[in-house]
Amino acid sequence: MTIVETPEPRQMMVVYSRADRIFRRIVTGGALTSLLLLGFITAFLVMRSTETFREFGLDFITGSEWFSAGEDPLGGAVEGAVEEVDKSVFSIGPMIVGSLVVALIAMLIAVPLSIGGALYIEFYAPRSIYRVLVSLLDLAAAIPSLIFGLWGIQVFTAIGVRWATLLNDRLSFVPIFSVEFENFGRSPFVAGCVLAALVVPITTSVSREVYSRTPRDLIDTCFALGGSKWGAIRSVVMPYGKSGVIAGAMLGLGRALGETVAIYLMLNLVFRYSFEILDSAGGNVASMIALKFGEATDKEISALIASGLVLFIITLIVNMIASSIVARTTPRA
Amino acid sequence: MSTVASSSQLTTAEPRRPWAVSRSTRLLGFGRILAFAIAAFFATIFTPLANVDGWAVAFLLINLAWVIGIASKLGAKERRDAVLRVVITSLAVLAFVPWLSILVTVILKGYRAIYPGYFVSDMRTSTPDDELNIGGAGHAIVGSLIMVAIATVVTLPLGILTGIYLTEVRGRLTFLVRFIVQSMAGVPSVVAGLFLFATVVKSMGQYSGLAGGLALAVLMLPTVSRTAEEVLKLVPDDIRSAGYALGARQWRTALLVVLPTVRAGLSTAAILGVARVIGETAPLLLTSLNTNGFVWNPIGGTVASLPTYIFAMFMYGTDYSNARAWTGSLVLLALVFFFFIIARRLGNKSALKANANRRK
Repeated sequence: MTIVETPEPRQMMVVYSRADRIFRRIVTGGALTSLLLLGFITAFLVMRSTETFREFGLDFITGSEWFSAGEDPLGGAVEGAVEEVDKSVFSIGPMIVGSLVVALIAMLIAVPLSIGGALYIEFYAPRSIYRVLVSLLDLAAAIPSLIFGLWGIQVFTAIGVRWATLLNDRLSFVPIFSVEFENFGRSPFVAGCVLAALVVPITTSVSREVYSRTPRDLIDTCFALGGSKWGAIRSVVMPYGKSGVIAGAMLGLGRALGETVAIYLMLNLVFRYSFEILDSAGGNVASMIALKFGEATDKEISALIASGLVLFIITLIVNMIASSIVARTTPRA
Repeated sequence: MSTVASSSQLTTAEPRRPWAVSRSTRLLGFGRILAFAIAAFFATIFTPLANVDGWAVAFLLINLAWVIGIASKLGAKERRDAVLRVVITSLAVLAFVPWLSILVTVILKGYRAIYPGYFVSDMRTSTPDDELNIGGAGHAIVGSLIMVAIATVVTLPLGILTGIYLTEVRGRLTFLVRFIVQSMAGVPSVVAGLFLFATVVKSMGQYSGLAGGLALAVLMLPTVSRTAEEVLKLVPDDIRSAGYALGARQWRTALLVVLPTVRAGLSTAAILGVARVIGETAPLLLTSLNTNGFVWNPIGGTVASLPTYIFAMFMYGTDYSNARAWTGSLVLLALVFFFFIIARRLGNKSALKANANRRK
């Protein structure tokens, strides 16, 4: 009997030369800068908004009053209003709810349209115009939101108001469709429609991308079994692309929640909880920031930054959900 | 083959495509749609449906009714298929109509105020309400380009470094960096503006093009680094191995072998980022505001930009200022599309190159 000595397995290790180490350090530094930038933004927003949160606490999120007591832009209090200075009240409850309501309206309209659009481009459009449609879709996603806002006000409002009137006429027994004053312009409904138009290209192009990756074999199998086109779409394409569509919708939702100018132009901001979507009174955090920013006092700026933080957190959560869905379910090519 | 060739009575059969739609069927379909369109027009006259949207609804309903009528002879499966074809097609039309309408509106309303001077003159000596043949948006175009240039200069190195980190270096933080950069794409533009206002504008004591450019950079960074990563991922590993096999260290491989193969792709990344931010309005309203004249100095106070110019002209609210706003939109849209098409061209070229590499 002989004892065979097994040699120790060699440790494989990478030794980087000095030049490589410097290179890696520089690149890592660049990546870390991007990382720190977001951290810095977050830290800064938190820091600047502590003052507001400390003063108003949870009321900042639930309350519905925004009042900035007179304060001289130069820093001193306006004469005769000295006692008023501390009476400033800032809270953005209706704005948060309004943001969610408008975004929800937009998504309710945009998601079916996007699914229809994506299915049409991938499976129904004639091959001759397929490429044209895909490039047009990409271009549509690049139209600045300001132009959507202009179009919304000068072109779409007339149509939107007519739809709103119709809804109000026929369905006013449903609480959300009743209004106090029959003035339907600049209402959450009309703004939501414009926002839907803005979101559709984004959601459509993500969904189309996923649908186009459906394995051809599966679709052909479905046809071979005697399925119709709709049958193939329903039983193969839609289940396959479901997570992609959800991710696209979440991306669109993030965009809809953070949208500023289009809503600024399309919506009356009112600090009052309101669920009457046809009434020309709504709320939106992002456009509220743009609106109040112009003549804001220092204290109000802090409150605006706090609102920005709230908005930031909401969109961050939405986006993280979206990217984790994408990461988890991206079909391997 | 040979037997066929030897037979003397050889006739070549015309290839036939029995499944192809014949000319008459196509004409019939076209005529049907025309008839429905006219019927829908009459429906808008005689029923409560009114206007363009009413016409569209009527057209859809007539189409649907016809399909259901035709399909009633078929089985359940075919009927559902036919009905859903109409439904999906009309959903797609609805999805495409708004921005086709935007395109048409911008062109129709925008060409009114265009004259050569629009691109070179500013608004110092004219009010928004002046005749359309004086004044222009030259200062706004210049301001936009300066701010976008600042954003690009800041973002491009950072974005490319991030891309290299994620694909070449692959350090311990890869997952975190990718996750954070992706969620950064969700920073609302107005929040980026607030951030730069409270840091740069406050500390400099004045609004400036620099602050505007940096705000745009925050929004541009995710687009650039994600596109850079995607492009670098396309480089086949063979090329890297070839670099190592020739004795190159990692830095030489990355800088002299990998990066040059994706030059076009990286330009695409930059241009896509530019197209993404050039139309941003909200951050500029908070950082660079607007002004009436040319400003070349990015740290010398307020700077005009196309979006804020459009916004200001629109808010002014007269007929002439409105026309100026639409013309500004036309210029802005043309710029966005211009960048976008260049990016696509470059992107296609680099994709071809990557494929060619792969085939070798």
